[in-house]
Amino acid sequence: MTTLFLNARLIDPEAGSDAPGSLLVQHGHILARSDQSDKAAFLAAHNLNTADVQIVDCGGKCLAPGIVDIGVKVCEPGERHKESYKSAGLAAAAGGVTTIVTRPDTTPCIDSPETLEFVTRRAQADAPVNVLPMAALTKGREGREMTEIGFLLDAGAVAFTDCDHVVTSTKVFSRALTYAKSCGALVIAHPQEPGLSAGAAATSGKFAALRGLPSVSPMAERMGLDRDIALLEMTGAKYHADQITTARALPALERAKANGIDITAGTSIHHLTLNELDVADYRTFFKVKPPLRSEEDRLAVVEAVRTGLIDVISSMHTPQDEESKRLPFEEAAAGAVALETLLPAAMRLYHAELLDLPTLFRAMSLNPATRLGLASGRLSAGAPADLVVFDPDAPLVLDRFKLQSKSKNTPFDTQQMQGRVLATYVAGEPVYRKEA
Amino acid sequence: MQPPSFDQSHLLGIEPLRPHEITAILDLAEDYVALNRQTEKHSEALAGLTQINMFFENSTRTQASFELAGKRLGADVMNMAMQASSIKKGETLIDTAMTLNAMHPDLLVVRHPHSGAVDLLAQKVNCAVLNAGDGRHEHPTQALLDALTIRRAKGRLHRLNIAICGDVTHSRVARSNLILLGKMENRIRLIGPPTLVPQQFAEFGAEIYDDMREGLKDVDVVMMLRLQKERMDGGFIPSEREYFYRYGLDAEKLALAKPDAIVMHPGPMNRGVEIDGTIADDIKRSVIQEQVEMGVAVRMAAMDLLARNLRSIRQAEAS
Repeated sequence: MTTLFLNARLIDPEAGSDAPGSLLVQHGHILARSDQSDKAAFLAAHNLNTADVQIVDCGGKCLAPGIVDIGVKVCEPGERHKESYKSAGLAAAAGGVTTIVTRPDTTPCIDSPETLEFVTRRAQADAPVNVLPMAALTKGREGREMTEIGFLLDAGAVAFTDCDHVVTSTKVFSRALTYAKSCGALVIAHPQEPGLSAGAAATSGKFAALRGLPSVSPMAERMGLDRDIALLEMTGAKYHADQITTARALPALERAKANGIDITAGTSIHHLTLNELDVADYRTFFKVKPPLRSEEDRLAVVEAVRTGLIDVISSMHTPQDEESKRLPFEEAAAGAVALETLLPAAMRLYHAELLDLPTLFRAMSLNPATRLGLASGRLSAGAPADLVVFDPDAPLVLDRFKLQSKSKNTPFDTQQMQGRVLATYVAGEPVYRKEA
Repeated sequence: MQPPSFDQSHLLGIEPLRPHEITAILDLAEDYVALNRQTEKHSEALAGLTQINMFFENSTRTQASFELAGKRLGADVMNMAMQASSIKKGETLIDTAMTLNAMHPDLLVVRHPHSGAVDLLAQKVNCAVLNAGDGRHEHPTQALLDALTIRRAKGRLHRLNIAICGDVTHSRVARSNLILLGKMENRIRLIGPPTLVPQQFAEFGAEIYDDMREGLKDVDVVMMLRLQKERMDGGFIPSEREYFYRYGLDAEKLALAKPDAIVMHPGPMNRGVEIDGTIADDIKRSVIQEQVEMGVAVRMAAMDLLARNLRSIRQAEAS
């Protein structure tokens, strides 16, 4: 089975290029790319006839490596009414996300090989995209005893994280890091000083003061990161900070990287495209964790993505049902669905001329894949043909009830956006096509 | 006479009000002050209307004030102590609101421990909602009664130096007053220990002092706030006696204010914590009792104006 993606605008995050070309895919992998428009010559060079090849004319639209999204919450087991592997898989496909890396903060949480196997089985049965599960770092995400990191790795866990629970005991965390290092496991943590952030629903500042919301200083993130960096110096573990969202945390991250610590960092699409003022009159769909930051922080984080200091952009997809959000702001659950809005929201940064397309796909596809040791996330020969075709300019008004996710808690509801996924391919096979 | 211009369908906070709307409420409240001082204190302004007071948080004074205000205007008033009711059975705020809404109330007076909860509720009902205090956010009728008290004592509500002292962080009264007095062009000082005064309020034009003696110099109005021990999750001040020594209003500190400065307190007072009892009782300086009186009048005025708008909206819908 051979497919030729013709007449595309190739977004290559490895080369940092954005140029016309075509891509040849065979047996689920990328065979070759060409910047020539002569398809016959391209095929002949690979001993292929036009008749044997399926042609996909991209019509000049963008073709990029599919998104690898670290930190997606699928609510199985426990809360399937919020999101199942089927609905999350369809949402991912519709959003150009070809690999979802799932969070273990389910009910019960994924902290044993048995629960991990359940997740893997459900994902294989129902999801049209690649699903890679993460496992908890400590049992019950309680921060007391480490999980069976070795067994879980064997069962397919790609990383270990307690999600938004910070392992407060430095002793427990340092041991878990030490043990994880011996297994070669990646640890993902939420940098935050929980003593400072407990009970907070907003970021300290003018807005939180006026609205009377309990708030946390942005400094809590840097304090958490500083502690983790010290422990990494001690243990040498492989570490990824799930979300860096404040300017104050960036110098610490930069120093740690310069000192050769094995650290990468992510941020969420919401912290790149929204700020604290979007909460306006206590709109709970804008309640995320950590809370939305100031505009200065947002711009600093965008700049850090541009320079590569922040490696990864995630959707931090967190489905919540209507009941969890129809509450006073302080009581409402945090989180937003974002698998389908990740790409159009990222296009806001492109249209604002803050980030170009190769930079965006470096952070959404290449870097997360590389950090997890995956061959995907790139357009080079031999890579899996996980691809997204999209039109960065196509306008839409987002209607949350048209989302594939079972939960509809998106902050972008009714907003004008630009950027539509036209088709998504996993291992060369179409898993989504936009209806004409 | 042309009715005063007041274009609101709810009173959720001071923030949405324009200065002339604030003045409209205060002007009408003056009429009700006069009415309330008569032996026959009855009006038919809310006749036929149903007022429900929903208090999700304990309150004696505010609830009594709203109840009295409604009854004097001829409304059918019902009090619901929500802490003891279905909330305990797991019903959500919105379900409670929908249930009440189905009983066709016309005025809903709501107090809730969470900021923004009253806004949320107002979106789900089709009657006029009055915020009687939501979390740390706003307490608009308190700010309005404070404004009326100041206007009557000082003869104006602009170009005054007003000190708001004490626990600003946990105070919805402070927020509403800061907004109202700012809209009316006054100079506002926030005085208190930095752990209890959000420094961000400087961006709204307030001057912030952590030395009370310095902050009280030449002010016209001293507004004390209650130390909200129940909202504190630990360690904002070292002790009440140190707090009283540094931030409690006593004769010595008050002497730094203008000689005719008035002393206010939203109540209930912690005597010997934020205010010396003798100052609170000094009828030459303290207007604390007057504040309570103005509270009933301002609430009557606010409900009257909202009811007029409610009636005209419903008339327009019917025709």
